[in-house]
Amino acid sequence: MTTPVLQVDGLRKEFGDLVAVDDVSFAVPAAGSLAIVGESGSGKTTIARMIVGLERPTAGTIAACGDDRSRPARSARDRRRRGRDVQIVFQDPYTSLDPRQCAHDAIDEILRLHHDLAASRRRDRVAELVDLVGLDDRQARALPGALSGGQRQRVAIARALAAEPRVLILDESVAALDVSIQAQVLNLLADIRDQTDVSYVLISHDLAVVRQLTEETIVLRHGRVVERGRTTDVLDDPQDEYTKLLRASVPHPGWKPTRRHIAELRKEATEA
Amino acid sequence: MTTIVPLEAVEVGEVSTRGRSPWQRLRETGVVGMGSAAVLLVAIIAALIGPYVTPSDPNLPNISLSFVGPSAGHPLGYDYQGRDVLSRLLAGAQSAMLGPLVVVALSIAAGVLLALVAAWRRGAADSVISSGLDILFAFPAILLAVLATAVFGAGLTAAALALAVAYTPYVARVLRGAALRERSRPYVAALEVQGASAMSICWRHLLPNLGALIVAQATILFGYAMVDLAAISFLGLGVQPPTANWGVMIEENQVGIVQGYPLPALSAGIAIVLVVIAVNLLGERLFERQ
Amino acid sequence: MSDALLDVTNLTVRLPVGTELRPVLRDVSLRLEAGESLGLVGESGSGKSMTARAIDRLLPAGAEVAGTVTFDGSNVATLSGSALRRYRQQVAMVFQDPRAHVNPVRRVGDFLTEALRLNLGVAAEGARRQAVDMLDQVGIDHPDRRMRQYPHELSGGMLQRVMIASALLTKPRLLLADEPTTALDVTTQAEVMAILDELRHQFGLAMIFITHDLELAAAVCDRTAVMYAGQIVELRESERLHDDPLHPYTAALAAARPDIARTAERLLAIPGRPLSAFEAPSDECAFASRCPFVADICRSGLPPLDRIDSGASRCFRAHELRGRLSAVRS
Repeated sequence: MTTPVLQVDGLRKEFGDLVAVDDVSFAVPAAGSLAIVGESGSGKTTIARMIVGLERPTAGTIAACGDDRSRPARSARDRRRRGRDVQIVFQDPYTSLDPRQCAHDAIDEILRLHHDLAASRRRDRVAELVDLVGLDDRQARALPGALSGGQRQRVAIARALAAEPRVLILDESVAALDVSIQAQVLNLLADIRDQTDVSYVLISHDLAVVRQLTEETIVLRHGRVVERGRTTDVLDDPQDEYTKLLRASVPHPGWKPTRRHIAELRKEATEA
Repeated sequence: MTTIVPLEAVEVGEVSTRGRSPWQRLRETGVVGMGSAAVLLVAIIAALIGPYVTPSDPNLPNISLSFVGPSAGHPLGYDYQGRDVLSRLLAGAQSAMLGPLVVVALSIAAGVLLALVAAWRRGAADSVISSGLDILFAFPAILLAVLATAVFGAGLTAAALALAVAYTPYVARVLRGAALRERSRPYVAALEVQGASAMSICWRHLLPNLGALIVAQATILFGYAMVDLAAISFLGLGVQPPTANWGVMIEENQVGIVQGYPLPALSAGIAIVLVVIAVNLLGERLFERQ
Repeated sequence: MSDALLDVTNLTVRLPVGTELRPVLRDVSLRLEAGESLGLVGESGSGKSMTARAIDRLLPAGAEVAGTVTFDGSNVATLSGSALRRYRQQVAMVFQDPRAHVNPVRRVGDFLTEALRLNLGVAAEGARRQAVDMLDQVGIDHPDRRMRQYPHELSGGMLQRVMIASALLTKPRLLLADEPTTALDVTTQAEVMAILDELRHQFGLAMIFITHDLELAAAVCDRTAVMYAGQIVELRESERLHDDPLHPYTAALAAARPDIARTAERLLAIPGRPLSAFEAPSDECAFASRCPFVADICRSGLPPLDRIDSGASRCFRAHELRGRLSAVRS
C-alpha cells in the first residue's frame, strides 16, 4: 500500500455548541475514489470545506500529499501549492463561475497562477482542457450566461483540473444537473480518471451516483461515520441501520414507500 | 390564493444584458437616455474647453451694462456687474463639473475600498467599518462641508473633500451589501481554493461584478454633489467671486430675480438642474435592468 | 368523455421574452379522472411546471394561451370572481420550495387556518381543530405546539408537510404537486411521498405529480406523461413505462440514470442537451437531434401523439421500435 494522497484523522468541527463533524478519519490512495454519503446536517460539506481550507478544523489533522493542511497557509506560495494538491467542484453550476469571465479566461487565469508557461503553451493547454471536458471553442469563448448548467459544470471541472490537482473533491457536483446531462458528466469524470491519476472524493446524497463513481464509501450521520467499506458492499449489503434506511429510501422500479415501513427503519436507525 | 411564481430562465431562455458594447447599451436607453447623454456631452465639452472659447471676457465688468437683456452676440445678456452671462456660464462650467467629479471619485474610491475590506474580512473588520460608517452617517453633508471651510478656509478644495467624506458611508453601505453577496458565491471560494490572493480576487472578480452598481451610485452622487457644491458656493464658502462658477452666479445675481432680471441667475440654475437630471436619468436607464 | 375531472385539450402557451413571444407548451392534451394520479416527468425546460401553472391559471402576465382547460365541466379560462376562487379551492398546489411560499412572520397555525376562515367561513376554534387534526394526519408530532411556531423553526421536510396539510385542508379535488420532494433529503422524501400517496387515496384526491425522476413518479402515479421540449412525448401506465417504453426519449431517460443496484461500465448518456420548447424545430421531431433511432421519417414533420395499446407516443417509429427500446439499457 502506497502512502495515501489524502489522509484525514480525528477530524472535528464545532460551530458554537453544535458539533458538525465528530472524529472522522479516512484515507484516499492515489487514483482512488471515496464517497462521503449523508443527508443535510450530516457534516459532509463541512468536511469538504475543511479539506480545501475554507473552514478551519476544531481538532484533527488533514494531510494531502504528505503535507499538513489543517492550519491556514502561511504564505501565498504555500496557498498556491495547496491549490495544486486538492481542488473542488461545487454543486451549483450557476454561481460557481464568474459571470463576467468566459471559460477560456477562467482556465487561463488558473494556469497563470500555478504554472510558469509561455503564452502560446498556455493557449494550447487551455485548448487541451476545454477539449478534455468536451466543450468546443465557441463555448469556451462564451460567457457563463450563454451556457447550460451542464456546460458550466464542465467549465468548473476544467478550471479545477487546470491546477493539475492530485485530489478532486466533487461536492454534489452532478446533483443539480438534468438526468441526461448528469450521465454525460459522470462519464466524463470516469474518462478523466482513466487519463490522469487524480483521486476523487465525492460528496453526495445520491447512492446511485456514488455507486457509479467510487470504490470506497463512508456513511455519515450527525457528523459521525456510521458505516464504511467498499461501495458495492455498503450498497448491496448495508450493515448499519441508518444505511439500510438510506438504501430503502432510494426510488427504483417497483419502489412503493409506506409510512409504516419507513417509520420502522427510522426507529431502528435511531435506536442503533 | 395568489402566489408570485418566479419564471425559470431556462424555460424561455435568458435575455442577458452582459457582454454588450457601451454604444449598444446606450442605444437601448431610448430617447430619454440618448437626450441625457447629449446634455452631458455638451456640459463636459463646456467644462473642457469652455474657458478658452468664451465670446467675451467673463471677468470684465461694465457697470453700465448691469442686467442688460440679451442682444446680438450676447444671447443671455449681462449680469449685475455687466459681465457677459454666456461667457461666465462657459468659464464656470469647469469648476461646476470638476467639483462633483472630485467628490464622486473620492467617495467612490473610499466607499469601494471600505466595502471590499468589510466584505472580504467579514467578522471584526466588518463590525469596525460598519460602526464607523454609522457614526459618519449622523453628520449632514452640508454641515460637514461648512465645518471644513470654517476650519480650512473657504474654497472648493475643502468643501469637496468634506462632501467626499460625508458621501462615503452611503457608497460603502450599499456596496458592502452587494460585495458580501458576491463574496459568498462559490466562484470566489473556488478561486480561494486555487490559492489566488485576496487582492487579485477583489480586483479581477469582485470589482468588475460590482461595476454596474458602482456606476449607478456614482451617477446619483454626482447630482447630489453638484447641488451641494453649488449651495456651498452660493453661501460664499466655495468658489470665491469674482471667479466664474454656476453656484456663485446664482448668488451674485439673486438681486436680479426680485428686480425683474431673472435670466443671469436662472441660466446658471437651469444649467445645474439640466446636468443633474441628465446624469440621474442616464444612470437609471443604463442600469435599471441589471 | 364528460366525466373527466380535468381535461386539457391542445394547450399551447407562449410567454413574452423581450419583444417576442416564445412557446413554452406545445399542444399539450391530457385527461384526469376523479381520484386518478398522473406523473408529469421531464427535464428542465420541458414544460412540466408550466403545465401545472397553466392549469391553475398562475401564468405570468402577458402569456398567450391557446387550447382549453376544463375542470369538472367548466372552462377554466372563463372563470372569474367567486367562481375562480372556488376553482382554486378545489385545485391545491404544493411547490418545490415551501419556504418561498409561506409568510415567514406568521405562525404555522395562522397560515393553516387562514383559508378555512376567510374562504370557507369556518369559525376560529373549528378551523384550529381541523388544522391540528390535519397536521396529525401528515405525521407531525405535537401539532398543538407546531401551530404556535414560525416557519423558520421547522425543518424543510416538516414545512413541506405543513404545506401538504394546508393544501388538503380546503378539501380540494385535485392536487398539483410541483417537485414537492426535490429539495428534501432522501429519507424525508420517502416519508413525504408515502404521506402524499396515503392521504391522496384516503381523501379520494386526483393528483398531478411533477418530477424529473421517472421512478419517483411511478411510485405514486397510475399513469405517467413524459414531456420534452414543451410537448407530451409519451403517456403510459407507470408500471409499464420502465419495461415497455413507447418513446425513445423515455427509454433514454431511464437508461441515463445510474442504477443503485448495478454499476454500469459506462452510462448511456443522451448526447447534446435537453431542448426548451422555444428552441425546438417546428417541422420535425423535437428529439430527432439526440435520438439513437433517428431515421429520415423523423425529419419529415412533427410526429402526432398516437395511441398505442393503452398509452400514446409521439414517435413516427413507435410501432416499429416496440420492444427494442427497453433493450437499450442492457
